[in-house]
Amino acid sequence: MSAKRLMAFLAASLVTASAWAGLDIQHWTTANGARVYFVENHDLPMLDLSVAFAAGSAYDTADKSGLANLTRHMMNLGAGDLDEQQIAEKLADVGAEMSGFFDQDRAGFTLRTLSSPGEADPALAVFRTVLAQPRFPEAVVEREKARTIANLEEAATKPEFLGDKAFQAAIYCGHPYALPESGEPATVAKLGRADLADFHARYYRAANMTVAIMGDIDRAGAEKLANGFAADLPPGEAPPPLPPVSELSLGVEQLIPHHATQSHLFIGQPGMTRDDPDYFPLLVGNYVLGGGGFDSRLVEEIRQKRGLAYSAYSYFMPMKELGAFQIGLQTRRDATDQALKVVRDTLKHYLADGPTEAELQQARDNLVGGFPLRLDSNRKILEYLAMIGFYQLPPDWLDSYPKKVAAVSRDDIMRALRARLHPDTMVTVIVGGQLEPEKGQK
Amino acid sequence: MRSLPPWITGTKMKPTLLLLLLVFAVQAQAQAETLERTLANGMKVIVKTDRRAPVAVSQVWYRVGSMDESNGTTGVAHALEHMMFKGTKDVPAGEFSKRIAAAGGRENAFTARDHTAYFQTLQADRLELALKLEADRMANLTLAPEEFAKEINVVMEERRMRTEDNPQARLYEVLMATAFQVHPYRHPVIGWMDDLKNMTAVDAKRWYSTWYVPNNATLVVVGDVDPAQVMGWAEQYFGVIPARELPVRKPQEEPEQQGIKEVTLKAPAKLPAVILSWQAPRLAKPAADWEPYALEVLAGVLDGNGSARLPKSLVKEKQLAVDVSAGYDPIARGPDQFMVDATPAEGKTVAEVEAALKSAIKDIQDNGVAGSELSRVKAQVLASQVFQQDSLFYQGMQIGEWETAGLSWKDRAVRFDKLKAVTAEQIREVARKYLIDDRLTVAVLDPQPMPADAKPQAPMMGGDHVR
Repeated sequence: MSAKRLMAFLAASLVTASAWAGLDIQHWTTANGARVYFVENHDLPMLDLSVAFAAGSAYDTADKSGLANLTRHMMNLGAGDLDEQQIAEKLADVGAEMSGFFDQDRAGFTLRTLSSPGEADPALAVFRTVLAQPRFPEAVVEREKARTIANLEEAATKPEFLGDKAFQAAIYCGHPYALPESGEPATVAKLGRADLADFHARYYRAANMTVAIMGDIDRAGAEKLANGFAADLPPGEAPPPLPPVSELSLGVEQLIPHHATQSHLFIGQPGMTRDDPDYFPLLVGNYVLGGGGFDSRLVEEIRQKRGLAYSAYSYFMPMKELGAFQIGLQTRRDATDQALKVVRDTLKHYLADGPTEAELQQARDNLVGGFPLRLDSNRKILEYLAMIGFYQLPPDWLDSYPKKVAAVSRDDIMRALRARLHPDTMVTVIVGGQLEPEKGQK
Repeated sequence: MRSLPPWITGTKMKPTLLLLLLVFAVQAQAQAETLERTLANGMKVIVKTDRRAPVAVSQVWYRVGSMDESNGTTGVAHALEHMMFKGTKDVPAGEFSKRIAAAGGRENAFTARDHTAYFQTLQADRLELALKLEADRMANLTLAPEEFAKEINVVMEERRMRTEDNPQARLYEVLMATAFQVHPYRHPVIGWMDDLKNMTAVDAKRWYSTWYVPNNATLVVVGDVDPAQVMGWAEQYFGVIPARELPVRKPQEEPEQQGIKEVTLKAPAKLPAVILSWQAPRLAKPAADWEPYALEVLAGVLDGNGSARLPKSLVKEKQLAVDVSAGYDPIARGPDQFMVDATPAEGKTVAEVEAALKSAIKDIQDNGVAGSELSRVKAQVLASQVFQQDSLFYQGMQIGEWETAGLSWKDRAVRFDKLKAVTAEQIREVARKYLIDDRLTVAVLDPQPMPADAKPQAPMMGGDHVR
């Protein structure tokens, strides 16, 4: 689109933008097995795409930890006939933005581009090449390994990184979720381009791919686009399911000494899955405990009443297998033991007595009343499409969200939280100072 | 809210071009989409409609930030922002947040050098609640000393988390304190720790009664709203608050720098870091100025996209740095800066990296930039003009930032054309004029070993202490 046409569009669109009326999520599977989720919307002349694979760090092994991350990271640094500079230039020439994402379950890319063919077509062509034909050039692999290692070594000086890593290792003892997402300096150093090419050939396959499309394109266009992406890849097969996460059997406390002025506290255990039957009771229950910001008991007890921390929270991270339940805060070193006690008491009382009716009502009101805010931009809608697609949630998952929140009762919450959370066997990681041996010291 | 907003003190310039080069559909706004009115008490109200979702954002911007503070009470703007959630006579401490949350809303606030802003996002038909509550705390804040005594501890924890324990953030703080000799930009937004330790409710109260008046505020509403109705509510709730005279704002202009300044910070870290910061002009007359636009495009050429000069040269080709960025934000009330920073790669020194950064600048001063680089940056400007419309909040931010910087959102009308009109020669000219040693401050992070008695150890399964 020329600048002039674009200005004309902008002038017109602001006047005629259509009213919001629910989400019409279209879903199909391509001939070679890729799942596609699509919402058509022409309010803005732009297109958002997400392509995800079950290729996160859970698909690493301990001796090659970091391989999944480096593979994803290297894919847009040389693909097909294009070197890394040409890929970056071709995207920049049309103002497109391509980013990678990566966690324990998922690896992939998003693309945001103007929808006009002059911009979208070149951007999509680059995107396709990156997905299907990464080259993993030797020299670039070595350079990016060095960068990754440098970043890991810097991160290892920071309490939040050390604490999170120790926490994940402790709650996922032996499970692939325990592996650090970017690997270890020693394991990254051993990776070679053949490892990356093999990983790509195994996991970046149509049957292991979820495509989400949001924006200014019609159904026929979306089909053509998604089918094109999928056709570039051999069908392959989805990886076998991840092993289940074991429950913890022993309460572990770990102090990692650190010079920082604050201690960082991490308390928790394996929590819930993305398709968990108790998803809504745990969501609402956790809002009252530590998910609801200033509405939550943890913020009330730690911050509002005692001024012990700037941030105090709890969350359930829903994953393919049981994701983490975590309580966290940062407090000055000499308040560490006090803050830990407040957290433990708050959790204990909450599990014993559950939310009050007023707290429950507040949680439901916020989650139901705030539902439209979850879908008020193309970017947010794309993220939901990608999530629903990847985890294969029911197509009405979003539509039924407010109803399911509203239906959560106090009994549901008590039952779910008590079944799920076990303070006696939770992991506690503290990075900083205190815990009993040095109690009372600064 | 998992945690409170990561950008609450707004101290860090974001180097990415897309955050810097934001352009508006001005023609359309000038017609019917954005409505502006000034109430009799001097409060400005700006309403922009966006009907893509049944949602609205309300933002109240006060034209007061850390740059209006004095020695001894740095951080009071931000401390008062925290206290704004601590109750009025009709709305007790904590109730503001509770009522917004009960309506399904999200809310928070942020303090920056130039302004302090409070915002809520709600279903559009619940907007009135936000306006009513904001008007109440503009006029009736309680500021109880016992609430202040607790909250200042929270602020100190915030400073520990963001700054004390973060060598890169401390480097930025040291840089600013060195680059500015006179102007209050030399103080961190969150305040110096000693000032926080000695701050009292009286300091906060003085701040509140001086600056929190309708004639120092702008209400920005963006979303699926009826502008006439919003204007009616603004009149009803804010219009009744009396204006008060504002203090004279002394310019405290920074004297012309006359030679390079250098500062080193030693802190426990693994990697060194270097920041180069040049005194640069801010945007003062959007239609007449050209230099700020040229500097923006220059920042884009250096680091605006994956193919830009600095990552290409320093990270990919020479492999001197693991990371590099450039940034310039022309919207400011005070003196501006053009910044470049880098993290040296393993085995490379700060001196080598600094020399490479300077040689990249010199290359532009000597040889200018290629037409392809220029058109790439302009393509991003064009695209960002569409992309930024995806967020209601961001649309409000742009209006609020321009207004509190003393510019009008209407001035954005010329911005796109001005950016498009930037030539390679202009880029070369501003590089030659501004990116010179006499205007430069260099800050270096000199990494120290972790203190011996508290060395992070490899986390061990099973832990040290089992119960």
